[in-house]
Amino acid sequence: MTTNDILHETYSALSANKVRTGLTMLGIIIGISSVIAMVSIGNGAQSSIAASIQSIGSNLVIVTPGAQRSFGGPQQARGSAQTLTVADGQAIQSQVANIGSIAFDVTSREQVVAKGTNTNTSITGTTPSYTTVRNVEVDDGNFFTEEDVASSNKVAVVGPTVVTDLFLDGSEPVGQQIRINNGIYTIIGVTKSKGGSGFSNADDAIYMPYTTAQHYLTGNQYLSEIDVSAATADDTTQVQNDVTTLLLAQHHISDPTKADFSTLNQSDIIATASSVTGTFTILLAAVAGISLLVGGIGIMNMMLTTVTERTREIGLRKAIGAKKSDINTQFLIESIMLTFTGGVIGVILGWVISLVVSKLGIIQTSVSVSSVLLAFGVSAFIGVVFGYYPARRASNLNPIEALRYE
Amino acid sequence: MIEVTDITKTYQSGDTSFQALKGVSFSINDGEFVAIMGPSGSGKSTLMHILGCLDTPTSGTYFLDGKDVSTMSDDALADIRRDKIGFVFQSFNLLPRTTVLRNVTLPLIYANELPEKREADARAALQSAGLDERYYTHKSNQLSGGQIQRVAIARALVNNPTMILADEPTGNLDTRTGEIVLGTFQQLNETLGRTVVLITHEPEVAEHADRIIVIRDGVIVSDAKNYKKRKVEHHDY
Ligand SMILES: Nc1ncnc2c1ncn2[C@@H]1O[C@H](COP(=O)(O)OP(=O)(O)OP(=O)(O)O)[C@@H](O)[C@H]1O
Ligand SMILES: [Mg+2]
Repeated sequence: MTTNDILHETYSALSANKVRTGLTMLGIIIGISSVIAMVSIGNGAQSSIAASIQSIGSNLVIVTPGAQRSFGGPQQARGSAQTLTVADGQAIQSQVANIGSIAFDVTSREQVVAKGTNTNTSITGTTPSYTTVRNVEVDDGNFFTEEDVASSNKVAVVGPTVVTDLFLDGSEPVGQQIRINNGIYTIIGVTKSKGGSGFSNADDAIYMPYTTAQHYLTGNQYLSEIDVSAATADDTTQVQNDVTTLLLAQHHISDPTKADFSTLNQSDIIATASSVTGTFTILLAAVAGISLLVGGIGIMNMMLTTVTERTREIGLRKAIGAKKSDINTQFLIESIMLTFTGGVIGVILGWVISLVVSKLGIIQTSVSVSSVLLAFGVSAFIGVVFGYYPARRASNLNPIEALRYE
Repeated sequence: MIEVTDITKTYQSGDTSFQALKGVSFSINDGEFVAIMGPSGSGKSTLMHILGCLDTPTSGTYFLDGKDVSTMSDDALADIRRDKIGFVFQSFNLLPRTTVLRNVTLPLIYANELPEKREADARAALQSAGLDERYYTHKSNQLSGGQIQRVAIARALVNNPTMILADEPTGNLDTRTGEIVLGTFQQLNETLGRTVVLITHEPEVAEHADRIIVIRDGVIVSDAKNYKKRKVEHHDY
């Protein structure tokens, strides 16, 4: 038997049973493509969540007023307690090492009116350093300055969502006046869209000096948040620890569990979120793994249900002069062709699915080589084992036994 | 040259066993045309499978051309089947969903014949089996019983075997077509000197052979020369 003959036999065996060939390949295709697509979506989700956490700021340590999480007892809503002061912030700024910049925030939610239209949005009173700490960029006009802070000027920098909500006619917002809580503020800048969504949408916000916010909106001297940006990512833990120690001393608290503020470290958020998305990826991979398993069982089923027919065929081939090795080679090549053709189609399909998901802007997927290898490996293994092993067994029967096989 | 001595075959299925051949001995010389006759279930096919090196006897010896076949390896038997024996199964056993030509070409592939020669050989064999050319590209499941039978015969002839073993080769054919096939066997036997062994339960078919062996319940009851051999005088395909 020449190589050519073997290929020809394989081709005619596969094309003589188009339905069987098609169904077997379908099992492989579905198994492989779902693993590749799902894992790529999981990976994409993971990196997109990591990226959006990264966009909150750089190496952030966030200090908020209110008790640390503890068991039992009433829990005050974070940020609503009045324990953080400007003095605390200044102490952090002057005494904690490795600080890049620091921003003092006063937040509140207000009704905002301009030219008869109004919207309800979040107001952040802060310092000019907010732009570096929170990665906020100004698109049009300017952010306010230290002087605005020092003299509590009624100036506002608005997010793009606020602009579209308030200026329906599309007029230039910079220079216009808006009314917040009976005060008139002048818009001096518009921030660049960060594309965020959900609970902390940076695009749906108005920024003003914190002194202004304290004076006209909250009416007290407290801060609702202090954002500390560590010099490097490696410094965040040290900065967090030092801030905690310092504020405990400032507030004369000896028992750290009774602290009246809490600190949150951006790397912790990233770690938590990536463990969540990791779980999500595992979930998707499990679903994909099940489809691979089902696909694999489909392959086994197809291969094994045709064993009777194929055993007769093997008996016949042996009766007219085929040797065991002729039979084994033919069936091995046949299962390899079947699983590899299906495998390649499956890989391409999985790839296409993840490309389409990316193109539609649902999520930026990334196909991982290991998922391709795993999916391909598993189905190729199942296909070859279940295509070849029964044939090998049948080729050991004598022709009459094989021809009589039920 | 076939020499079988005291061959038995016992089929074992679970607890029950059945002895299909109970000590059969005979020899067939090269170039003989032998018919094996007997009622259904008498062990004809069982014997034929052993003669065709498709199955092995439970006891007894089988010498083919002086070599003891019962001790040969599986692959050595495959070589004998490929080079010396053309076998027509009682149930034909064509490859399903495969064309007539390809079915007939199959033995040549395993015999390593040159690819260029295969088709011509297959066509020649199909012609001597009396199958009309327009069926050559039909799939094996698109044929009538008689056509399938002729394809099976052509497949047995295609390798130019020295020995042709045919199990009820005319069972599905009308008298005229049956005559043509028997004429083919006679011609292969007389002009090319091939050994032909055929199984039948019809005396008229058996009478085309030089010698008739009658088997009943796994034993030979008669083995005699056929003095009134019927010859197929003329055939044109
Ligand atoms: N694989 C087997 N297992 C058990 N018994 C078998 C087997 N093959 C054949 N037999 C039995 O052996 C006996 C002889 O069978 P065989 O096929 O040789 O008969 P035969 O003479 O060819 O009959 P027919 O003319 O109907 O083809 C039968 O009684 C049959 O039941
Ligand atoms: Mg029979």
